[in-house]
Amino acid sequence: MSEEIKRTKLYDFHVKHGAKMVPFAGYEMPVQYPLGVMKEHLHCRAGAGLFDVSHMGQGFIIADDGAFETAAAFLETLVPCDVKSLEPGQQRYTQFLNADGGILDDLMVSRLGLEGHQHWIYVVVNAGCKDDDFAHIEKHLTDGVKLKILEDMSLIALQGPKAADVVSKYLPEAKTMPFMSSLDIELSGMWCHISRSGYTGEDGYEIAVKHTDVVEMCELFLSHDEVELIGLGARDSLRLEAGLCLYGHDIDTTTSPIEAGLIWSIQKHRREEGGFLGAEQVQKHIAERPPRRRIGIQPLGRAPAREGTIIQNMKGQDIGVITSGGFGPSHGGPVAMGYVKRRYSRSDTEIQLIIRGKAKPAKVVKLPFVPNNFYRGEDQ
Amino acid sequence: MKYTEDHEWIKVDGDIATVGISIHAAGQLGDIVFVELPDVDAEFEKGDDAAVVESVKAASEIYAPVSGTITAINEALEDAPETVNAAPEEGGWFFKMKLLDPSELDSMMDAEAYKTFIAD
Repeated sequence: MSEEIKRTKLYDFHVKHGAKMVPFAGYEMPVQYPLGVMKEHLHCRAGAGLFDVSHMGQGFIIADDGAFETAAAFLETLVPCDVKSLEPGQQRYTQFLNADGGILDDLMVSRLGLEGHQHWIYVVVNAGCKDDDFAHIEKHLTDGVKLKILEDMSLIALQGPKAADVVSKYLPEAKTMPFMSSLDIELSGMWCHISRSGYTGEDGYEIAVKHTDVVEMCELFLSHDEVELIGLGARDSLRLEAGLCLYGHDIDTTTSPIEAGLIWSIQKHRREEGGFLGAEQVQKHIAERPPRRRIGIQPLGRAPAREGTIIQNMKGQDIGVITSGGFGPSHGGPVAMGYVKRRYSRSDTEIQLIIRGKAKPAKVVKLPFVPNNFYRGEDQ
Repeated sequence: MKYTEDHEWIKVDGDIATVGISIHAAGQLGDIVFVELPDVDAEFEKGDDAAVVESVKAASEIYAPVSGTITAINEALEDAPETVNAAPEEGGWFFKMKLLDPSELDSMMDAEAYKTFIAD
């Protein structure tokens, strides 16, 4: 991969705001701003945090016959979630699987709600996988279905308990948008696709906006005292506390969605009927239960246990490995997740972590470490 | 006070050297959440891994800047690792060593030279 490193349309904006830029998935991205990872993380859980996620891949899957069902039927051959039942403006989390049921990438899939475009399916995939994902879609495309990669849209996220207050100043509808729904609409004169979702465990939005408008939209949000810029460092600690998987670490081609604890993202009739790439292995893991499971891990001391740390049972036998680990600023201590043999996956199971050659006590815990704070309607 | 190219500082009083990380290094590491210190009486050669400092994102080794024996550790860091960020060249010291070979200090930078070093 000798490709030149890319920049998002917010590169100058990041630099202007004092970001420390690092290479990530082929892009120069802000790892942190002057506030620092710890304060950025805590701010996002208290106020609102603004993220540049324009490095992610965005595309539309559209059928020539103008029928949503045609495009949905195609996409269902590649993902285990129920695409066909998506209502206009509804979004779901799913995964691309290989023939062995391993995860090629995880993604968001939604049906546009805009009148006249309700047959369009919008997908958002990970930056590091996007070229492979789009090639994967292209390879399996059926006659009469097309993939349109979005080259002119940036993607930002505004996350945190104050995100709705800020966004609804410009877009009153945003306040009561259901979790995992989207709108195609103007926000302060800028056309955007806004969805109520994110990757922090907090309430918030992801907003696709034209390259030519993205700086203006970011400046608009940032003009509010409750908004701070958040870099990739805090993005990682936020999602880890929220128990969310990071592709290439917690899930990859060697893990099935069942091992990864993502069965909730596979609707019941699809578990039974299959009909997607990798279905056989997924059904086998459902029926026989998987040999290993993704778990939350609470180290009992102060030492963070990083990715790659060996997990042992109390007899000193290797039973698994940590796939994400670090310090959880809101949790106030180390947090980790990883895979262990299934019989050790029950909550409160005592385990030990081999950190710099020494066994440190830990226990299996339920995820997330910090309760999710998604918008569940006005009555919450 | 003298500095190493690994961004440690060393302050010598008689044959005892106090060791920590520079203000520059603490700033680069970011919010420090954990410090693992060596055992008292542990012996190190110059360049050995002597301690570990962890920020939210990553773990970094602290090397013994000189050869010698650990005579004291800053136990307060175990409960308050953030002291390394707040006062890296004072209360945030890591350990004290009894020097084996004072000539090892000769090649280290003084404050002025270190300032130039980090500016490059």
